[in-house]
Amino acid sequence: MITAGMDLGSKTVKVVIIKDGEVVARAKLLSGFEQEVTAGEVMETALSEAGIKPEQIDNIVATGAGRAYAPFAKGTITEVGAAARGAYARYPSARTVLDIGAEEGRAIITSGDGKVKDFAINEKCAAGSGTFIESMARALEITIEDFGPLALTSDKAVPMNAQCAVFAESEVVSLLHSRISKKDIARAVCDAIASRIISMARRVSIEPDVVLMGGMAFNSGFVRSLERTLEEMKINVLDYPEFVPAEGAAWVAVDRATGKGIVESHD
Amino acid sequence: MTQEAPKKEFWRWKEYNWHDENIDPRAGGIISAGVDVGSVSSQAVIMVDGKLFAFASMRTGSDSPDSARNAMKWALEGASISIDDINFIVGTGYGRVNVPMAHKAITEIACHARGANYMYGPTVRTILDMGGQDCKAIQCDERGKVTNFLMNDKCAAGTGRGMEVFANLLQIPIEDVGDMSFKVDEEPDPVSSTCVVFAKTEAAGLLRQGWGKNMVLAAYSSAMSHRVFTLIERLGVTPEFAITGGIAKNSGVVRRLEAELGMKALKSDIDSQIAGALGAALFGKALYEKKLKKAKK
Repeated sequence: MITAGMDLGSKTVKVVIIKDGEVVARAKLLSGFEQEVTAGEVMETALSEAGIKPEQIDNIVATGAGRAYAPFAKGTITEVGAAARGAYARYPSARTVLDIGAEEGRAIITSGDGKVKDFAINEKCAAGSGTFIESMARALEITIEDFGPLALTSDKAVPMNAQCAVFAESEVVSLLHSRISKKDIARAVCDAIASRIISMARRVSIEPDVVLMGGMAFNSGFVRSLERTLEEMKINVLDYPEFVPAEGAAWVAVDRATGKGIVESHD
Repeated sequence: MTQEAPKKEFWRWKEYNWHDENIDPRAGGIISAGVDVGSVSSQAVIMVDGKLFAFASMRTGSDSPDSARNAMKWALEGASISIDDINFIVGTGYGRVNVPMAHKAITEIACHARGANYMYGPTVRTILDMGGQDCKAIQCDERGKVTNFLMNDKCAAGTGRGMEVFANLLQIPIEDVGDMSFKVDEEPDPVSSTCVVFAKTEAAGLLRQGWGKNMVLAAYSSAMSHRVFTLIERLGVTPEFAITGGIAKNSGVVRRLEAELGMKALKSDIDSQIAGALGAALFGKALYEKKLKKAKK
């Protein structure tokens, strides 16, 4: 059986193709102005990577903020449902799923079979999302790739007062002026996001094992800050963290095609 | 007499000083001063016998004591008195504990209410102070004494800083954004994002879709006025109502807020940005009189 999952996120579009229980292709592009067109392109790339023709696909399920506009999709699943299903496929013992993307953060408690028990979302405020790191990287004049490794080299906790990303940018500049080193500021930024994510997650509950996905999983400094905030509870970073919801959608497509699927849990 | 600083960036508002040439500070009255070091702007106000005599309004620098000193120095410029002639100085604002020349520090909430009472008269009961990095809704009595307040200082939405971000994005001088936001054929829906960072992304998308700058400004101004509306509604709006702080000069936000409230804001000839420092100077006068009384006993 061949299925595809499409994730039309706020920043990028991702496609994952699963053939007989194995991921055979992953593709990703920046969403751009016309997300639907981009989605078509990403699908083409994934198909050619897997050497699969469109008509061979048994089922396609879309997720992400733009899922309603996904071309080819035969069904949709919420981001929360897709993230939980993807995490279960990758890490069956996962109970708490943290999904921190460019413009939103989610904490999901799963019941151990890939289904969602409860969840909390922040999509209203940039302070708990990847965008926060982007603006702080600009203020620090470092790349996003360097951000995590730089934060890891710090052994000093500098408090940040500002919660808002806009205010934090000026605070970073004034910290620089008062000669606080970039590595300590980078860590302060990671600590700040981590504490916001954890307080959001605590509103539902945090149970081991904890897995992390979404673009923020690439930031090693942030991962470390999460662990520190959780008193050294292990954070398991999933491989290809940004593709997990798309993969989850592809699994949902399998589940539905074989009749054991969770159909539209909470849309 | 006014002096204008040169304009370089779009967010930059007019920094200036002023003094009343009809008042003689050397005539023997009590000279009091208030210094308001805010997160974005700093003001120094000098009063003679409780009458506004001189002030300066400028951007806060990276160092609070320096910002306080600079504002004070500029307010004194051309005023024919020196700082030693001032009987009592009160510091207020976010950086009030870092005003080196102040005899006392008083919260900006109390000072804004007191200042608004002077600027708008004793009928003012509800004050919305829209500052650079926070927004406060204040209720006060006929003497300008605070009876209740609510504030947002956690989030840039609904603050001057949020508007600065938009002025920069659209490359329109901050002092023009209010009027330009009304130059639209039809009032658009407000931007849907609350967060300034997300609203900026949303606005960039709207511009790409071919929206004019004025339309985007209208959409943001109405989102912003709605945001402060929800704050002031939670407190309750007792007439009469006045707005202080920099955003009070932004007609795009003020008129939309007035429409949503169904109530007009009081007007004053005095710069709305100096309300806090003005209130501080009034407290300074009262405190000095108290001190004199005590000394007599």
